[in-house]
Amino acid sequence: MAYSDKVIDHYTNPRNVGTLDKSNHKVGTGLVGAPECGDVMRLQIQVDDNNMITDAKFKTFGCGSAIASSSLATEWLKGKSIDDAMKIDNMDIVEELALPPVKIHCSVLAEDAIKAAINDYRVKNGMAPIESEKVHH
Amino acid sequence: MNLPIYLDNNATTPMDPRVLDAMMPYFTQKFGNAASRNHPFGWVAEEGVDYAREQVAKLIGASDKEIIFTSGATESDNLGIKGVFEMYKEKGNHIITTVTEHKAVLDACKHVEKLGGTVTYLPVKEDGMLDLDLLEKSMTNETILVSVMYGNNEIGVIQPIKEIAAIAHKYGALFMTDATQAVGKIPVDVIKDGIDLLALSAHKIYGPKGVGALYVRRKGPRVKVTAQIDGGGHERGMRSGTLNVPGIVGLGKACELCGLEMESEAKRLSALRDKLQSSLLELEESYVNGNTEHRLPHVANISFKYVEGEGLMMAMKDLAVSSGSACTSASLEPSYVLKSLGLSDDLAHSSIRFGLGRFTTEEEVDYAIAVTKKSVLHLRELSPLWEMFKEGIDLDKIEWAEH
Repeated sequence: MAYSDKVIDHYTNPRNVGTLDKSNHKVGTGLVGAPECGDVMRLQIQVDDNNMITDAKFKTFGCGSAIASSSLATEWLKGKSIDDAMKIDNMDIVEELALPPVKIHCSVLAEDAIKAAINDYRVKNGMAPIESEKVHH
Repeated sequence: MNLPIYLDNNATTPMDPRVLDAMMPYFTQKFGNAASRNHPFGWVAEEGVDYAREQVAKLIGASDKEIIFTSGATESDNLGIKGVFEMYKEKGNHIITTVTEHKAVLDACKHVEKLGGTVTYLPVKEDGMLDLDLLEKSMTNETILVSVMYGNNEIGVIQPIKEIAAIAHKYGALFMTDATQAVGKIPVDVIKDGIDLLALSAHKIYGPKGVGALYVRRKGPRVKVTAQIDGGGHERGMRSGTLNVPGIVGLGKACELCGLEMESEAKRLSALRDKLQSSLLELEESYVNGNTEHRLPHVANISFKYVEGEGLMMAMKDLAVSSGSACTSASLEPSYVLKSLGLSDDLAHSSIRFGLGRFTTEEEVDYAIAVTKKSVLHLRELSPLWEMFKEGIDLDKIEWAEH
């Protein structure tokens, strides 16, 4: 199976690899997936006083599509409000990276990581977590 | 040195040009049907097949009449298992095999179960070896066949074939081995080993794809299998179908070359493999999978913890290897062979199989070492698990959300 150019680009030059201080109350951390399943994503956001995401970092254990999905997610998160970030849909990632059907779970995981990071931030800052009722494609 | 480098010789091997040379005349000039008994075109084709039959037999210590040509090892495994079950079901309905067999054996056994047979799938020890006591305890009066692979395709582990055969025979059962990965790589002798049926394939030994053979013992005991493909009664009635003459000639030549070169080649390859392995084990948290003493000379299966195999293969884009990670398959289940060694799923997902071959050079191995090391280090920089490991967090204590 050949990877799309965009997957290869994100995989070869991953954006925003790194770690934010998870004890900082302005940092939200989402750790999703499981080593047994072959994918673990950790996505972190730095949020300012206006609930805008000023920085995003990731580290991912997984295949090329998983790494590319999380790299893309960090790019999209920067500059968004946490409310807008909550609207990022896994199918947007699928479309942008031209992921084949067997790799859709990578995009689902990235969406889960985004939501987990935002909810971590919300809880830390006295807001209720937003439960996602969405059924994944 | 040309890129990419092929280190997946357990999947298939390139054909040796000498094999191709031997095959070529049988496509255009010597194109006859080996079953045409009435004219020279048939005779010439038959001569080619007869000679190949001798070449194959010689490599495994058999006689030419004991070789049944097939389309490959998958067919040979099917014919051996289903054919023995059908032929001997009056005698008993129990077959014993192992969980680390190739799917061709496992799925043929599943088919036998549907036909009313009973199959015992024995587990293996942590190093991939079969426990002989367990085998002996599993033998019953109903056991008609024990089928255990010679060398494993994923980890290269070589089973104690002679001892296994002896146990099978002690209880009156036949012994079959899928020797696809072993024949032509290490000495295999059906007499010394006590093998009654043996499956082999051409494309794993520098021959063409689409051709293989099943050895079926003719003396002490005389073994019979019920044909699974009916038709013109070719191959002593055990496998009908016009013979693939060029393929068979290629298989014969491939066997001859292996017989001549195997000994020196095994030494060369195990030295290269050991170099590869010891260099890669210099990486922290890397582990060899399977027994390293009883192992095919050209294989090393290594897990690089905290790095996912498919992601790693993508980083090593100039290396053709394979991984126990099954991220591309719908199931997301990692290799059942690695799991049967008791490897945790995450280590199975982190495994890479290096399969060296006849055309692998030391320069290529050196390149592979450098690329693999660089890629593992790069991906660990990206790995949250590596970071957690380095911080001293026990990953087993984290409640992961399975997905």
